[in-house]
Amino acid sequence: MQNKARIALTAVSLLGLSMAAQAQDGERYITLASTTSTENSGLFDAIIPQFTETTGIDVRVVAVGTGQAFEIARRGDADSLLVHDTAGEERFVEEGYGTERADVMYNDFVLIGPGGDPAGIADAETVAEALSLIAEAEAPFASRGDDSGTNRAELRLWDSAGVEPGGEWYRELGSGMGPTLNTAAGMDAYVMSDRATWVAFDNPQDLALLFEGDDALFNQYGSLLISQERFPHLKHDLAEQWHNWLLSDEGQQAIADFEVKGQQLFFPNATQ
Amino acid sequence: MNDMTTLPVTDAPPLEMQGVTFIHRGQRLLEPLDLHLTGCRRTLVMGPNGAGKSLLMRLAHGLLTPSAGRVHWEGRPPRQAMVFQRPVLLRRSALANLAYALAVNGTPRRDRKPRARQALERFGLAALEKRPARVLSGGEQQRLALARAWLLDPEVLFLDEPTSALDPAAIKAVEDAVQEFHNRGTRIVMSSHDLHQARRLADDVLFLCRGRLIEHTPTETFFTAPASSQARAFIRGDLVL
Amino acid sequence: MSDDANAFQTALALILGRDPDLVGIVVLSLQISLTAVLIAALIGLPLGAALALWRFPGHSVIVVALNALMGLPPVVAGLSVYLLLSRAGPLGELGMLFTPGAMVIAQIILVLPIIAALARQQVEELFQEYREQLTSLGLSRLRMIPTLLWDARLGLVTVVLAGFGRASAEVGAVMIVGGNIDGVTRVMTTAIVLETSKGNLPLALGLGLVLLSLVALVNAAAYLMSETARRRLG
Repeated sequence: MQNKARIALTAVSLLGLSMAAQAQDGERYITLASTTSTENSGLFDAIIPQFTETTGIDVRVVAVGTGQAFEIARRGDADSLLVHDTAGEERFVEEGYGTERADVMYNDFVLIGPGGDPAGIADAETVAEALSLIAEAEAPFASRGDDSGTNRAELRLWDSAGVEPGGEWYRELGSGMGPTLNTAAGMDAYVMSDRATWVAFDNPQDLALLFEGDDALFNQYGSLLISQERFPHLKHDLAEQWHNWLLSDEGQQAIADFEVKGQQLFFPNATQ
Repeated sequence: MNDMTTLPVTDAPPLEMQGVTFIHRGQRLLEPLDLHLTGCRRTLVMGPNGAGKSLLMRLAHGLLTPSAGRVHWEGRPPRQAMVFQRPVLLRRSALANLAYALAVNGTPRRDRKPRARQALERFGLAALEKRPARVLSGGEQQRLALARAWLLDPEVLFLDEPTSALDPAAIKAVEDAVQEFHNRGTRIVMSSHDLHQARRLADDVLFLCRGRLIEHTPTETFFTAPASSQARAFIRGDLVL
Repeated sequence: MSDDANAFQTALALILGRDPDLVGIVVLSLQISLTAVLIAALIGLPLGAALALWRFPGHSVIVVALNALMGLPPVVAGLSVYLLLSRAGPLGELGMLFTPGAMVIAQIILVLPIIAALARQQVEELFQEYREQLTSLGLSRLRMIPTLLWDARLGLVTVVLAGFGRASAEVGAVMIVGGNIDGVTRVMTTAIVLETSKGNLPLALGLGLVLLSLVALVNAAAYLMSETARRRLG
């Protein structure tokens, strides 16, 4: 019995050691809080290796909704932020959590819906009109409902359309972009998605892209530097290298080169 | 039958029970009982089912605390062991069961296995040393329990109906073992409801009926001149109510 | 082709192809869950045995609490550990958030109540049977614990397996405290969630089948071991 206890203890310490070793071997890494749209589309898989090759720094991505990403950063748990909610990002800097915010890239939101388009939004002139048509038809609409960047943008668009969404047809799912698309596909609902997640999405079933191109659907991504004063323990040097690389020619080119199914998904627009 | 002068000698302190009562959930299972057990005698606790035989043994051995009265060893508590009606053996080999008991009583590790093997041999279990104890037959299990008690070298050995579930050959083995304990100078306190067993083994008989100690006499007196009507009925083979 | 058949083929291809990413995820999943279960067992088994052997004031409160915690939603466990390990939390200094260590802690919290509560039941049953004999041999309650745990080992294997099942199946806790970081804290379950959210349902299901096979494998091994022992020991 004592032998077995000894074996068990040895096993525990070995497992513990091996995990500690894993934690050690990437000493030069930063934790990046970002959004599901960037992670799910595969952007990070494409650009981070290039950054790592140049600098030797690994980037560990925690992909969550923009709201949660801000919360993680506010608690001092992330070295860097890459999100898409310009208003929220500026507030983050104003409140003293961030020291610098910069445009990195953009893509756009698109309206997705059942192929038959029961509300007839495909012919709408503006996104406001398209949303009004959905509300009038009371056609099912699946909203993220998770305080993400996409969710915040969606609510601003309803507001500009003069519609207060609610009722049986408006379904707040409280889910990420992917799960929301899965659910929308299952219940033949309209849904607003960022283009990247939609293009990379593999389970569209009857869903189709019905409306795009309005300037109001512009989706800007920003990178933030986090306050060294407030969070002295963070890896500010490394995070700054990442931030600057994203804005550099090399980083911007890497973003532009990223394609899924032959489509460019993010458009670099850093101002230098 | 058994004369005092032929009994082996023992240093075991006398057991004194005074006014010992046992109440469980408001029910008096044992009426106030006085008892004095001494020397190297073999005492059989007899009586019909439910008379309180097991209870008396457990109180004497210290497994239960009396509700009133006191159980007292004069001088010092002796080395004791108890063998139960259904032997409780650990889920390991016959040998390991014995080694375990030796470990508990502080025998140095290197002595345990040799001594355990000796005990197995003494009780005719040598061939079974590697067998898991719990797949042995009922008789073998009871012999193993006796071997375990043997290793503890008890001055007082309690046996609670050790033969009630056994066939005659196994009963014989248990009775022989009890005799060996006796020859080694161990005081025996054993419950049974088998009158013939009492005739074969006992120096004294304690007769209990419905939680009351009715007689405590030498065996011969018990069988030839029982003092109580209950004992007379019990010996006749009548149902004692 | 139906999604299900597709998933099965995907699973087979994943296993046969021995994709290094998948191997990494599988190894990490096993490391985390087995470590958590091992630590939870080292604490939970003696704790369960102690609860079986001793009655003290507050005993029933602890027993009820353990039983209730068996149903603790993993997300709640994850959130608690997150708040604890976050830089803004009391243990933030350790910098453990988003590491495998944090995931181990979260899973210990999920598994410990199961192991302790079920072990208490098993040991209590055995204690009823052994109590008089062990007392007669002169054992104190404290010294009975290792004996009872060892003799209850066949049933306790099942208890530990139940804990392993919960640890390896849960996703809510490890998602929050691990962050599902590729190559660092991505395990089977969080990878399944990720693939589902990408709409890659066959791959998600395929990963699910791989996870199921792994859990089945561990269970089969434990079952065989304890059956052999049961036949041998009676």
